[in-house]
Amino acid sequence: MSKDNQILEEFTSKEYEHGWSVNYEADEAPIGLNEDIIKWISTKKEEPLWLLEWRLKAFKTWKTMTEPSWANVKYPKVDLQSLRYYSAPKQSNKPKSLDEVDPELLQIYERLGINLNEQKKLQGIAVDAVLDSVSVGTTFKATLSKLGIVFCSFSEAVKEHPDLVKKYLGSVVPMTDNYYAALNSAVFSDGSFCYIPKGVRCPMELSTYFRINAANTGQFERTLIVAEDEAYVSYLEGCTAPQRDENQLHAAVVEIYAAKNAEVKYSTVQNWFPGDKNGKGGIYNFVTKRGICAGDYSKISWTQVETGSAVTWKYPSCILKGDNSIGEFYSVAVTNNYQQADTGTKMIHIGKNTKSRIVSKGISAGKSQNSYRGQVQVMKRADNARNFSQCDSLLMGDRCGAHTFPYIDINNSSAKVEHEATTSKIGEDQLFYCNQRGISTEDAVALIVNGYAKEVLNQLPMEFAVEAQKLLALTLEGSVG
Amino acid sequence: MLSIKNLHASIEGTPILRGINLEVKAGEVHAIMGPNGSGKSTLASVLAGREEYEVTEGEVFFKGKDLLELAPEDRAREGVFLAFQYPVEIPGVSSTNFLRTAVNQVREYRGLEALDAVKFLTMMKEKMKLVEIDQKLLSRSLNEGFSGGEKKRNEIFQMAMLEPTLSILDETDSGLDIDALRIVSNGVNQLKSKDNATIVVTHYQRLLDYIVPDFVHVLYKGRIVKSGTKDLALELEEKGYDWIKEAIDSEATV
Ligand SMILES: Nc1ncnc2c1ncn2[C@@H]1O[C@H](COP(=O)(O)OP(=O)(O)OP(=O)(O)O)[C@@H](O)[C@H]1O
Ligand SMILES: [Mg+2]
Repeated sequence: MSKDNQILEEFTSKEYEHGWSVNYEADEAPIGLNEDIIKWISTKKEEPLWLLEWRLKAFKTWKTMTEPSWANVKYPKVDLQSLRYYSAPKQSNKPKSLDEVDPELLQIYERLGINLNEQKKLQGIAVDAVLDSVSVGTTFKATLSKLGIVFCSFSEAVKEHPDLVKKYLGSVVPMTDNYYAALNSAVFSDGSFCYIPKGVRCPMELSTYFRINAANTGQFERTLIVAEDEAYVSYLEGCTAPQRDENQLHAAVVEIYAAKNAEVKYSTVQNWFPGDKNGKGGIYNFVTKRGICAGDYSKISWTQVETGSAVTWKYPSCILKGDNSIGEFYSVAVTNNYQQADTGTKMIHIGKNTKSRIVSKGISAGKSQNSYRGQVQVMKRADNARNFSQCDSLLMGDRCGAHTFPYIDINNSSAKVEHEATTSKIGEDQLFYCNQRGISTEDAVALIVNGYAKEVLNQLPMEFAVEAQKLLALTLEGSVG
Repeated sequence: MLSIKNLHASIEGTPILRGINLEVKAGEVHAIMGPNGSGKSTLASVLAGREEYEVTEGEVFFKGKDLLELAPEDRAREGVFLAFQYPVEIPGVSSTNFLRTAVNQVREYRGLEALDAVKFLTMMKEKMKLVEIDQKLLSRSLNEGFSGGEKKRNEIFQMAMLEPTLSILDETDSGLDIDALRIVSNGVNQLKSKDNATIVVTHYQRLLDYIVPDFVHVLYKGRIVKSGTKDLALELEEKGYDWIKEAIDSEATV
């Protein structure tokens, strides 16, 4: 309850508050995209040969693919040859622990309110921070490793746990899955890796914070989460980027593997720079996220709060392979000014008695376009599959758009699929009612919007929920009245 | 406290209020009656600052301030409270949360520090007794799925929480059952003091048995056409509005 007020008091600035960049010495790949660049990256990262081969194979396939155009978004083509595919903050010697990490880099994260210093213990959340393409440092490593939990940067995992990486990399999102996933597979530079062994409940939230800093750099991270039998983990992902006039490309891949009885919760608060009021600049966010409930009774739950990016193309999905497995997708996507979002989920029911639940809350303001795209697929042997989908749209003003594209594909007659959709507007009478009780219009909008998105926000861990509420309010500031 | 002079207001070009004059002093209760569509809710909305209505003439002073110059939220913070004839639903926002935001914004405006959770809940408990409202109702989404009577009771609960100097109750009695009418009226009476004032809009004399008015006004075609004491309400109950309408309408045609 105190959350709201705290948040309402905090938002005073109308500008994107993370829009600063820092000049640090960087270790960069030459601009452009070709086999040599991929070899350059792989060498730079001292990768094993199998991984280089994997990358090159992905690149080969990618060259035969074309950029998808089915999404309800319009943007000028990105010139992939003009981008830089690797940019790392220069650190004289590789840091062995956080104490050795360049203080200037730690300061970047301090400014974002993320503390990598283990002494200060960020509310008991273990953080892996990724700046541009490279992981800067991971907190709480020792505490976690006592439980056999691996939580580290992707590059480190390649070195320390090559067998695990080799086993699961590309097992959920094949390198050839789609245009952006293939590109990511070819050029990804870092990301986070997380492994929870059998029977272990991860005692703290694991968190990755992504920040793009360098100009003209694509960010291609790769996240891989593996939960063995009976394991549990809650994973958070946060994102910011500096304010720049040019558009920047972000194409990540996230893979989740849940074995028997395992549960993985993945929460995102995405706040990439959305571009300015006139639609200039902003991040193109083309992300592939997918989880597989491989074991019986496993569960994967995606929660996302999407407030940033100029263009968002994102469909966190669940493959429900294990019998009695459960997939969930809770989403709030806000668009304002000229932002465009095409986001949703895919629930693929393969196992028996599998259940999925989709709650999508779109909020559009300004001249933005907000689309929900969801697919529920029930395969032949998925007896008694259940899906419930709820897709709501909230419009603010009459120059924005909300669209829903539900696709349902059922191949088993015992399936039960329910779909509900509503579209509403923030009413003048709601705002006046709030005003009449002494609440300012801006705070009234925040209150109404947070009320509307409550079902989704409730899924987030406490600290994230606070940040998310604040972001919703900030994103929509000035959109009414 | 409240001084309305020659107030004219229209909506979408249609004049609704056509020269309202009304003086309300601290400690007083005024009842406004009048046939459907005569402009009672419009008057309440204009005082509260609803933007759809355009004030075309006249002035309104509240505690010495030009009320019409103030934004709706500032009017509320100055102490104007409107119990809506049709309270609005806000899904996903609990009454508790809503009120906490409201109370603290009003306090901030008045230079008071925000109430922490404990103090706020203590205050809530105390005011809940006043209108005998159930805790369960307050943890639900504001007005969503509330029965007509529950909504009205919740309006008076909000009034108790916000401690206004001028309360305008727009047909708060409609929709209340017999017991609720007594309870809610009792609540309103307990909130009365020599420093605040109440305007009750109603169709029924019955409410005025509980909340006894110092003055009764009849609004017709956007004007106050008759004022009197509580006896006027009794007379209206007995005779209806026709005699007043006839007198006014014949005057107008002459
Ligand atoms: N948007 C509008 N356009 C035109 N006329 C309107 C509009 N809104 C309200 N009115 C009219 O204004 C008049 C006054 O309405 P108001 O709600 O103030 O009446 P009231 O006295 O409160 O009636 P009741 O006793 O039924 O509550 C009515 O005739 C109504 O139809
Ligand atoms: Mg009315």
